[in-house]
Amino acid sequence: MGAQFYAIPDDTSRFHVDLPVRTLMAYITGVGDTAFGRHAGETALTLMAQAANAALADAGLARAEVDGLLCGYATTLPHLMLSTVFAEYYGLQPVYAHALQLGGATGCAMAMLARELVDAGRCREVLVVAGENRLSGQTRDAAIQTLAQVGHPDYEVPYGASVPAYYALLASRYMHEYPVSETDLAEFAVLMRRHAGAHPGAHLKEPISVADVLASKKIAAPLKLLDCCPISDGAVALLVSREPRAGLGVRIAGAGQAHLHQHVSSIASVSDLGARRAARSAMDEAGVGLGDIDYLGIYDSFSITLLILLEEIGIAARGAAAARLGSGDFAPAGRLPLNTHGGLLSYGHCGVAGGMAHIAEAQRQLARKAGARQAGERHCALVHGDGGVLSSHVSLVLRRDE
Amino acid sequence: MNKHAAHFWEGCAAGELRYQHCAACAALQFHARAFCLRCGGAKLEWRTAQGSGTVYALSSVARAPTDEFRALAPYVIVLVDLDEGLRMMAHGAPGLCIGDRVRAGFFVHGGRSLPRFDKS
Repeated sequence: MGAQFYAIPDDTSRFHVDLPVRTLMAYITGVGDTAFGRHAGETALTLMAQAANAALADAGLARAEVDGLLCGYATTLPHLMLSTVFAEYYGLQPVYAHALQLGGATGCAMAMLARELVDAGRCREVLVVAGENRLSGQTRDAAIQTLAQVGHPDYEVPYGASVPAYYALLASRYMHEYPVSETDLAEFAVLMRRHAGAHPGAHLKEPISVADVLASKKIAAPLKLLDCCPISDGAVALLVSREPRAGLGVRIAGAGQAHLHQHVSSIASVSDLGARRAARSAMDEAGVGLGDIDYLGIYDSFSITLLILLEEIGIAARGAAAARLGSGDFAPAGRLPLNTHGGLLSYGHCGVAGGMAHIAEAQRQLARKAGARQAGERHCALVHGDGGVLSSHVSLVLRRDE
Repeated sequence: MNKHAAHFWEGCAAGELRYQHCAACAALQFHARAFCLRCGGAKLEWRTAQGSGTVYALSSVARAPTDEFRALAPYVIVLVDLDEGLRMMAHGAPGLCIGDRVRAGFFVHGGRSLPRFDKS
């Protein structure tokens, strides 16, 4: 299965080496999470442990069988060695451990690395976990101020720009170059809320309308409050294994990355942010094309994030993502169900785990274990995470072994 | 703040927008470094921009991230393409649009001189 050699695509050739590609063996054999929202009294470690317990239970694996550990970061626990702090707390003695930091792309990057580790034979069972009490562990102002440091410390932060402002700048330019309206953006916020309504663990479930989004509090034009994800507490864990579980194989069939800039003022073009390059790498490696994808887990820190990613990856033409939404394609019964858990915009955002929730939901959809949210029979998912200001891009292709 | 960027902010205090020019390859860079991003050369000279440019992107910020800026909200953040071919973040006057020709001025906020662009 899969391509024997990289087909070198036009715009990604400088990132590829013309080497034969093997089919890497790595399966997501368990997923676990906490509900997202407010969990007063919990810490990053207690939330991570709850998600880890759920993932191990889902996989039917004993804690002692975990031999690799990858952790994200937690703004409420900014430790030098979060992975081994968690290992000691949780009672693991892995042969391989570290924490990884790539903003919102961390979860996809950890899954990609876990895949390499089990394929290389370094580990058999890698626990990938992240979580934090981002909402209840600090004031909202402290969280917003911490996140604003994503900006350039010398050339952006001094102007009083915030994370929504960085994305708003990007949005203003994208909406100048392509026919995208504030109503188009609002449609995505409404869709995510509708999906979250079907998930008992979602942070925000109360239905909203396009009018509600447009009338919500101004944050950084053109973005309003309901174009922005909430700040949540929560955790997600995945178990990445060398062997499939009996009767259930959801394989990480391809992965790819692209990193073209860090800061919004260093973006060369809003039409080439790296998403398409990462997604094409992942799909080439999996030996699939966009036409083979039948489920989407796409990062959605803001409504504009989701719209740009869908259009850059090529799931919709430029300026046409909202029309595709309007046609019903992104609904659970549509051709390409999108973030059926509600995404960051409504399931919630607690940092690294927020981006991992897209992976967990994709695995559940492929495994046909999404319960009331099950979107029919899905075979091949594209999951995409981005960190910074659409800076770091990591794509995964997940396939169900048939 | 690194010592290179400090030179930029000293320029703002003096009413100047300063950037780096590589003596070896003539490349320009706005985010100051000890080396040229294009050729790696270590001999960089400071130059002063004319102060005119075109609005590339903008946002009116209603929700400020710090107390220091809350008093100023709403304020406009812009990305401006300077005529020298460099892009920078700054403040902008209310009512600007993408594509507007603008000219840099300066205002003091929180003890720092910040560039703010207005229609030229």
